[in-house]
Amino acid sequence: MNDRIEKRIELKAPVSRVWRALTDYREFGEWFRVKLDGPFVPGQVSRGHITYPGYEHLKWEAVVQKMEPEQLFSFTWHPYAVDPNADYSQEPPTLVEFRLEQTTTGTLLLLTESGFDKIPEARRAEAFRRNDGGWTEQMKNIESHVAQKP
Amino acid sequence: MSHRSRSLAARHAPAPVFAALGDETRLLLVARLCDEGPRSISQLAAGSRLTRQAITKHLRVLERARIVHSVRAGRESRFALDPAPIEKAKSYLDLVSEQWDEALSRLKAFVEE
Repeated sequence: MNDRIEKRIELKAPVSRVWRALTDYREFGEWFRVKLDGPFVPGQVSRGHITYPGYEHLKWEAVVQKMEPEQLFSFTWHPYAVDPNADYSQEPPTLVEFRLEQTTTGTLLLLTESGFDKIPEARRAEAFRRNDGGWTEQMKNIESHVAQKP
Repeated sequence: MSHRSRSLAARHAPAPVFAALGDETRLLLVARLCDEGPRSISQLAAGSRLTRQAITKHLRVLERARIVHSVRAGRESRFALDPAPIEKAKSYLDLVSEQWDEALSRLKAFVEE
């Protein structure tokens, strides 16, 4: 089971433009669809609420980690912590990192979200090696096995 | 957010599953139950450096996360793997991944306009 999300996307815009879209709280809110109370400040909690129609009652909360101009923007949060009655504080937060690299045509954006579990990478890779194609199949086998012998 | 947002309220990180799997010993136990099918504590202890007490403790953690459950087999209990929570954790990651795809495509449109 892969426990980290990695995305890379080429943007036809200068690094400075992408940096602003990521770190200006109003611009971030436009594309992320969240209305934030104030600017991002490293080490501080960022609060707001979702602006997606029908989900305006949902809060958005993250802790800004790093803001290294035009290179790295990161925050921790509880992804999809959307049940207003649930306490997510005991759950381990995940780390979201946006890394920017200048290219000949604009900007390469690398997004990573990690920390879905606390399994060190090497061990996880070892333990779930069979996952590459085989895990789902194996899961089905186990499922039918369990179903046959309840 | 996508057309799958309707199910959002019912979803949050299956942290107990991730946490339960965040231990080398428990991962090994899961792998053994996966390969060998239901096993008793004695069977799991045989050929292992772990004591029965240690295995019992780890199985309880996995049981609380509903990754394993015990099945009576004659006089002894056997522990069986339940794939559903692990699959749920995986589909949760798929959902988060999909949400990022959509957010990043909105970002792309936003900065390229």
